[in-house]
Amino acid sequence: MSIDTADLWFVIIGLGLGSFALRFVFTGLVGDRPLPAWLLRHLRYTAVAVLPGLVAPLVVWPAATGGSLDAPRMAAALVTLAAGYFLRNVIVAILLGAVTLFAGLALIG
Amino acid sequence: MTTETTKSVYWQGVRDGAPFILVIVPFSLLFGVVATEAGLNVLETLSFSVLVIAGAAQFTALQLLTDGAPTMIALVSSLAVNLRMAMYSASLTPYLGEASLGQRALAAYFTVDQSYACAIVKFEKNPGWDISRRLAYFFGVVTPICPLWYLFTLVGALVGTRIPQGLALDFALPITFLAMIGPMLRTPAHLAAAFVSVTVALVFAGLPYNLGLLVAGLAGMMTGARVEVLLDRRRETRA
Repeated sequence: MSIDTADLWFVIIGLGLGSFALRFVFTGLVGDRPLPAWLLRHLRYTAVAVLPGLVAPLVVWPAATGGSLDAPRMAAALVTLAAGYFLRNVIVAILLGAVTLFAGLALIG
Repeated sequence: MTTETTKSVYWQGVRDGAPFILVIVPFSLLFGVVATEAGLNVLETLSFSVLVIAGAAQFTALQLLTDGAPTMIALVSSLAVNLRMAMYSASLTPYLGEASLGQRALAAYFTVDQSYACAIVKFEKNPGWDISRRLAYFFGVVTPICPLWYLFTLVGALVGTRIPQGLALDFALPITFLAMIGPMLRTPAHLAAAFVSVTVALVFAGLPYNLGLLVAGLAGMMTGARVEVLLDRRRETRA
């Protein structure tokens, strides 16, 4: 179905402003006021607490297969994570993951 | 004591951001194509990428609008996908807080997964960096990423549906994030946080509006902080 133009612009602008507000809320408004130690301790784990949770459902239930577990994608995910962990090199990990994915898709289809 | 100049730190940022070109280009291209297929014109598609610069949220909004979801639901759900930006913002605050308001606003606009992930690793590793070096590094990472995000959204919108199927572009996002997560798992506390995050995200995947991710994020952060305290305490009793 086609999207109503007014609705579309409402979402584009709303999402733009809202996303900026989310990004600015601490950096902009808190500034250089000191944050309490317990909060800083939690914030140290933001990245490792959010990114894995973001990726996990995409790996286990990939949209491309209609949400069913997919061997090439699972293998690619595991290879990428292991390569990133052991080699500590993001780009090599991405390349190894991509190679695994394409090899897996070529083999299994 | 640091001998690195602001300029060399900026180029370090550019180098660290450069690998993500491999991800940003297909991902923004894909957004351009999908948006065009959904009936958006070039201006609408490009505005999405310039105003929002957040792939996952853009795809969520587009998906829900195409599905005919109520406008407010589409907006709130895609904002929920971006809630992690507030956590990034909080996490960057101790490092960028002393910058001017304009610089902080600009840094906020350019706070994306990649710039956050690179910056937080470098800032922790280089506690001696002053604010001008931190900003230089941050904007260095952004330089190869964000302009290409706009450009290839535009290219995608213009090429439209002429992209070959079967490139498995759907998996570009998970692979990039996984590659970024690996090197972040430095301590048992980080590992525990990531493990809890994955588990909670999968268990609560059914929650509406992507709230599962928010719960997973909070649970992961609490786990990391708790494990850190426990390990510190154990080290103290041993010493």
